[in-house]
Amino acid sequence: MSAVHDELYLPRRSPVHALAPEAKIVASFGFVAMVAITPRRAVWAFAVYATVVVVGYLVAKLGPVVMLRRMSVALPFMTAAAFVPFVAGGPTVEVAGVALATEGLWGSWNIVAKAGIGAATSGLLASTTPIPDIIRGLGRLGVPATITAIITFMFRYLEVIVGEMGRMRVAMTSRGHDPRWLWQAKPIASAAGALFIRSYERGERVHAAMLARGFTGRMPEMGRRRASASDWAAAIGVVVTAAAVAATSILGAR
Amino acid sequence: MHAPDGFLTAGTALATGALSVASVGAAGRAAAAELKDRQIPLAGVAAAFIFAGQMFNFPVAAGTTGHLIGGALAAILLGPSLGTLVVAIVVVVQALVFADGGLTALGYNVLNMAVVPAFGGYALYTLFRRLFPRSAAGVVGATALAAGLSVVLSAAAFSIQWLFGAAAPVPFDTVFGAMVGVHLLIGIGEAIITALAVSAVLSARPDLVYGARDLDRTQLQDRTRVSTRVFVIGGVAVALLMAAVVSQFAVDNPDGLERVAEDEGFIDTAEEHALGGSVFADYATSGVGNESLSLAIAGISGTVLTLAVGLGMLGALRATGSSGRSNAPDAAVG
Amino acid sequence: MTTDHPTIPALDVAGLAYTYPNGHEVLQGIDLRVEPGERLAVLGPNGAGKTTFILHLNGIIERQTGAISVAGLALADDTLAEIRRRVGMVFQDADDQLFMPTVREDVAFGPANLGLDRDEQTVRVAMALQAVGATHLLDRAPHHLSGGEKRRVAVAGVLAMEPELLVLDEPTSGLDPAGRRELLDLLASLDLTQLVVTHDLPFAYELCPRSIIVSDGRIVADGPTRELLAQPELLAAHRLELPLGFHVD
Repeated sequence: MSAVHDELYLPRRSPVHALAPEAKIVASFGFVAMVAITPRRAVWAFAVYATVVVVGYLVAKLGPVVMLRRMSVALPFMTAAAFVPFVAGGPTVEVAGVALATEGLWGSWNIVAKAGIGAATSGLLASTTPIPDIIRGLGRLGVPATITAIITFMFRYLEVIVGEMGRMRVAMTSRGHDPRWLWQAKPIASAAGALFIRSYERGERVHAAMLARGFTGRMPEMGRRRASASDWAAAIGVVVTAAAVAATSILGAR
Repeated sequence: MHAPDGFLTAGTALATGALSVASVGAAGRAAAAELKDRQIPLAGVAAAFIFAGQMFNFPVAAGTTGHLIGGALAAILLGPSLGTLVVAIVVVVQALVFADGGLTALGYNVLNMAVVPAFGGYALYTLFRRLFPRSAAGVVGATALAAGLSVVLSAAAFSIQWLFGAAAPVPFDTVFGAMVGVHLLIGIGEAIITALAVSAVLSARPDLVYGARDLDRTQLQDRTRVSTRVFVIGGVAVALLMAAVVSQFAVDNPDGLERVAEDEGFIDTAEEHALGGSVFADYATSGVGNESLSLAIAGISGTVLTLAVGLGMLGALRATGSSGRSNAPDAAVG
Repeated sequence: MTTDHPTIPALDVAGLAYTYPNGHEVLQGIDLRVEPGERLAVLGPNGAGKTTFILHLNGIIERQTGAISVAGLALADDTLAEIRRRVGMVFQDADDQLFMPTVREDVAFGPANLGLDRDEQTVRVAMALQAVGATHLLDRAPHHLSGGEKRRVAVAGVLAMEPELLVLDEPTSGLDPAGRRELLDLLASLDLTQLVVTHDLPFAYELCPRSIIVSDGRIVADGPTRELLAQPELLAAHRLELPLGFHVD
């Protein structure tokens, strides 16, 4: 199921890669949740979190450049947040001759820190876990089998559909259609409609093929290796550490 | 609009998360009951189609391109249950697999980018269907308006969440104005592309358009032409109306901002905020003591007002169109 | 169902008729008996009802009129699961059939639905892939396979259920000549009753001693392939034609 071209997975032989996916998913969610509830003024806490994430990337043999690339997903929001100190009201502070609102600065920092660490964490999860494993991890965490099956099928047919889309585009361009304005979009939109029909019909044929091999509505059991105690220990360790930091910072802020 | 972690407070994240889980869960169960053993393959390819569709650029102006959100498209083609489920799955996968959108932001991301545009889009669609003639053209017209407004609804939903759980001191009115304003423009593109795509499916396989399943063969043949130009004119007119309402909120009173920032929040003592001559200028003293609540009421009233105006306009459209010919260009600008 | 034959037919179809919702009578009374081990080509023009016919055989299309039995078991609501095991269907577009993320999982899909446990699934998968010569493809993703490889894996997916009857819909479409040859050799090596819907007349000639021509929802010819293909007027009447230079000896 690989080679969905935007896929983030980078294969390595590392302890992070080897961790069971359900443990990594729980660790990621738990860690980011703790980051999210940490009061923004506890800058030391964010330094701890950032260190944990950086160490995570290093242990995963992925390095800082990869981490920065993963964080770039949150860049538009971080950039927008950066403007807040310039427009917000309230008491200001002089920075390099410019008056910046202190509340705005804190608000900006709040978003930048949490968005950045959050993106880096999601990025670590996605970079160390191939898609089929992420799906299996979700299943083991209680996501209904129907949903994980739908996601599996989505990935299976995503490339097929993108391929068909590409071929339609080539066919259109070959006949001189190179639209630049919204009202020229009709052929593209029609192509999208045609693509929907083909996708739907393919769905019907896949359904027939599933029935032909005994499918009755529930995906069959096709089990795999489960998370070990040490996997869970690692995951819980990360979350507990973050929780301790968060709790300390919350208590300290009172 | 895949918001990152920390964009809204934890309370908001949890509340929207609970709402999302409840609504997507309900949608999933309804879809399973309708489709039975067809659900997995159909939802899978539909999700792939929506995912691919969101990656797909359509031209906007001078070579710049836009992207579809696809909530209304999914709901009108697949039905509100399957449509919502499918778009929600796409949003979740984008966060987990592509790190696009924060993990703790899933609550509001799913709500704003799946539940609101799909369910809300479909609700708007059924509303507009009642006003348009019962024909293929009517379906396409209703689709355009529903899709365009679904984007605005999405922006409005986010703004209301910002009202309750903002992580930075940017006041509601600024956010509402900016978000809704920008999304009005995005909505025009979404409206046109969605309508044309549904139109294409309708001509080849009308049985695949959930929102048109009530039409019989003769009604489907009724493609009294409503040209693309009409949609654009209609869309711009709706946009102008909404902008007129929205601008009331976008007028920033520096005093108001300062006060809000100083208090580190939106809960304020009942004080007057001048908003330059609009109908809602005195919202803070209109008898509603809590400023947040009154802002929310004003926001909602604004939306309802616009919808009412829009509906009235559409009613006029329908009346002129009932003779079978669409005189839309005149009515739309009126 | 006739009683003068001592063996149980692999497939027995009697009076099969089907009308689409729009009123088109796509099948107008099909009677067919296939003996165990026979290889039968189903020829005919597009729109003749060939695909509709084969989709009846495993109950994907719900019967309106007529009776079907596979290796003695009559097709009915309560026998559907077993019929679907006995009839191994290979669809025209292999991408519709290889819907799991890896070859291993896809070939295991059928056995898993039969209720086999993981070890039994593994055995079936290995056996099926070996039969089609695709053991090396075990952990590959279907999307990256060639047309010929996809076709072979699709056949494996069906073989893993240990069917009585193999039904293939246009198996050579999209294959290059070498892929076609490999498929032919594979099917010839399988000790199974086979029904092959195809436009590839030389393929039918090489693989299937017996052919039927389906046209306008009826069987208009049934006999040794050699004899049918030697009648140009019969072929032409049903939009069939031998490739240039191909002669039936």
